[in-house]
Amino acid sequence: MITRRLIEAPDGRGWIFLGLLAAAAILVPCLNLLLPPTSYFHVPTSAVALWGKYLCYALLALSLDLVWGYCGILSLGHGAFFALGGYAMGMYMMRQIGTRGVYAHPILPDFMVFLNWKELPWFWWGFDWFPFAALMVLLVPGALAFVFGWFAFRSRVTGVYLSIITQALTYALMLGFFRNNFGFGGNNGLTDFKDILGFNVQAQATRATLFALSALALALGYLIAQMVVCSKAGKVLMAIRDAESRTRFIGYRVESYKTFVFTLSACMAAVAGALYVPQVGIINPSEFAPANSIEYVIWVAVGGRGTLIGGAVGAILVNYAKTTFTTGLLAPYWLFALGALFVLVTIFLPRGILGLLPQRASPSPRLRGEDRGEGQHQAPASPLAASHPNPIPMPEGHGDRGSASHLRQRSAPQPAE
Amino acid sequence: MRRCTHCHRALALAFALLLAGVHAAFAQGYEQALEKFTADSYSDTDAAVAGVAASGNPLAAEVIEALQAGNLLFSAAAKKVYIRKPPASLRDAATGQPVSGPEPAGLSPVRVNNRVRRAIEAAMGSLTLLSPDPARRFEAAKAVFKSKDAGVLGTLETAIGKESNPRVKRALEEARAAIVVGKQDASETDRVAAIVTLRDRGDQDARSVLAGVPAGQPDGIQKTLADAISTIDNRLAAWSVAQNFWYGLSLGSVLLLAAIGLAITFGVMGVINMAHGEMVMLGAYTTFVVQEVIRARAPGLFDHSLAIAIPLAFLVAALVGMAIERGVIRFLYGRPLETLLATWGISLILQQAVRTTFGPTNREVGAPNFMSGAFELGGLTITWNRLWIIVFAGIIFAGLLAVLRYTELGLHMRAVTSNRRMASSMAINTGKIDALTFALGSGVAGLAGVALSQIDNVSPNLGQGYIIDSFLVVVFGGVGNLWGTLVGALSLGVANKFLEPYAGAVLGKIVLLVIVILFIQKRPRGLFALKGRAVEA
Repeated sequence: MITRRLIEAPDGRGWIFLGLLAAAAILVPCLNLLLPPTSYFHVPTSAVALWGKYLCYALLALSLDLVWGYCGILSLGHGAFFALGGYAMGMYMMRQIGTRGVYAHPILPDFMVFLNWKELPWFWWGFDWFPFAALMVLLVPGALAFVFGWFAFRSRVTGVYLSIITQALTYALMLGFFRNNFGFGGNNGLTDFKDILGFNVQAQATRATLFALSALALALGYLIAQMVVCSKAGKVLMAIRDAESRTRFIGYRVESYKTFVFTLSACMAAVAGALYVPQVGIINPSEFAPANSIEYVIWVAVGGRGTLIGGAVGAILVNYAKTTFTTGLLAPYWLFALGALFVLVTIFLPRGILGLLPQRASPSPRLRGEDRGEGQHQAPASPLAASHPNPIPMPEGHGDRGSASHLRQRSAPQPAE
Repeated sequence: MRRCTHCHRALALAFALLLAGVHAAFAQGYEQALEKFTADSYSDTDAAVAGVAASGNPLAAEVIEALQAGNLLFSAAAKKVYIRKPPASLRDAATGQPVSGPEPAGLSPVRVNNRVRRAIEAAMGSLTLLSPDPARRFEAAKAVFKSKDAGVLGTLETAIGKESNPRVKRALEEARAAIVVGKQDASETDRVAAIVTLRDRGDQDARSVLAGVPAGQPDGIQKTLADAISTIDNRLAAWSVAQNFWYGLSLGSVLLLAAIGLAITFGVMGVINMAHGEMVMLGAYTTFVVQEVIRARAPGLFDHSLAIAIPLAFLVAALVGMAIERGVIRFLYGRPLETLLATWGISLILQQAVRTTFGPTNREVGAPNFMSGAFELGGLTITWNRLWIIVFAGIIFAGLLAVLRYTELGLHMRAVTSNRRMASSMAINTGKIDALTFALGSGVAGLAGVALSQIDNVSPNLGQGYIIDSFLVVVFGGVGNLWGTLVGALSLGVANKFLEPYAGAVLGKIVLLVIVILFIQKRPRGLFALKGRAVEA
């Protein structure tokens, strides 16, 4: 049944997206491995690694879009889940180094030998076994998100307050991971990986496989997210986004829905991190930096939030631009461009690039008129509902389920807020 | 160890000579000692140093200093010693009279080795104990307290007898106590008195002297010793609490400075201004530019550079803030999350702009005279710059309270804070109030930048370091309430400094972040929450 739902979930645009991903997952590794480097169609290994990285970012952005675009939770701490997933994978690969490290210690990673540690800390136990590490990739960030979300949503921390404490969360983790005695390699993080599941991480074939896996993970992440969004729970999530109090008054347990989607999103971000680390070959505490997490948000904003695909597209576009910018003469101007992107997209493209595409049966984008008029931040921290004056278009072809009609009818003022 | 034995020997000799002192013998002793310099052997020089030091002759200090500087010359043939005053003048060391006419032939400097140098230092110590300058006596007493050299005891006693300056006398007595307390052959009453003197001094040094007394002393002494140590420990503990509190206050005032502008914009407009830290940075760079201009054009004004920078920093930051509000934020009202993103973008642009203009490295901002240095208050060392920053933060806080309370702008701001639509209906131009509020908040951030330029690195990243902390302060204290910001800033600052000794700086900060996160769960609207209908349902 779940399979059926998974397959039913995507709309027309979704199928195009999945098709492109499938094509990339098959074609790019083939073009990389089978064609000689001299061939015109050969894809260089560096490009495979680079685009593999973009795909991981795309999955991360997609997970962020799930909570922000569909539930109105602006998490400025998604980098934490991404990095935790990366660290779990990094720990597995550190243990795989074995005696090939600089100090050739059979059990302890190099940095522990260097710090004169005698035993493996308990939280490193089991990470030499891949299934355990893979489980931890999901479990640790998921548990953190669950606990954090449960506390935050239960006490109804919303809007900018939530954004700020998620930012504080990732900041606290960053400070912690920077410490040597935290047991995760401190400043330098984890690096110098050799193998993953017995394959050399540097090898061309491994990189191609990782690329294909990233594409598959992105496709799977999209399918799951789309399934959630199209389900009844997804409708409730959107109702929460648009009018949290009203949803609560109707009788839904808002905090349960929010915690669920936040945890799911954290797990997706963690998978992205886990796939990211073997491709870039390092994970260090700067991944936790609050600035990174804010940057992830702009990817979603650029692509168009509340579309899922938009997040992925935005991540790839922005990162492609970043690579192009920062490797050329324009490098000093990258931050100007990024900053301008933040400003221009929020003002002129509130629905992102995907919002520019022609819409069938698009709801009227009542942007500023409503903003200044009703419900304009009477309270210092405006209720979330007021932050989403424009209903975000639903994926097409599902109006019959009553979702779009719910959104379209929302022209009456918000409940007393 | 070896150094001590040498000092000991030299000073013991000095002591013996001093005790044996008949006045007539002094002058003779001085000349005899001087003559030993001419022998050109280290052991004779050693003895001569001790002899000269013990002689009490007014020229003694000069001779020893000249020896130390290599300006003591001797003529082996004439058995005479001269002090050379660079560049050319020459004086007879015995009489102090300038040598007229051509320089005597065959002069060479008295040579010294390490042993002689140690003797010189010891001699200087005992000579300066008797120096006419109270500051030098005080320094000498402190040096003796450190060295605890029993050989100086005699000189010390003489010095204490002659001393009239109470501060120096106290230092001398403490130095004597430090020596006597460890002296096995001193009488028990003396030693107990010494312990009491040290107990009253009550600092870490006194404690280590007391703790350094070997075990196995007579019962009376042992008991007083233990009591004295625990008294000092209690006192030190109390001072360390005071110290933490002071540091916490200092950090809190910095947080207050950084957060108060944010509290205004966030409180009145519900706008998350991620570029707030960059306003602080602009203020700091304004200070830098002002100082550069003053250095280049009018160095005499340097002490007033901060006074000049304060209004300029306010203006610069306020203008930039107003530009941001008019140019970007007003299009995003009602969408706080988007505002957050847009202002983050602005912060990136501002940072990069400053980096391109001033370079990525730290810029040097000098401290005017009245802000450098420190003074001691009991067991605390208080630096002037920290003190002034606390005062400055207090003034800004009071000023803002007054603006909000007594001016028309403040009245309008409060009206808009509590009910925007109603205020608008009452003919308050809310758009204008928004712009002015934003300018005011940014201007205050610029002022914070002037203060922070004195204690932090002025670099393009200056603001980033404060932004998260400032938000926590505002969120912790409660929005729309300056008192909440004050309490939030001070309590976070003090809590941080009290956690630091137990958890370390970084871990302390993490613990604090976790505490604040948990606190926000408990009181999602902060300590001083707005009440009433304006608050979200």
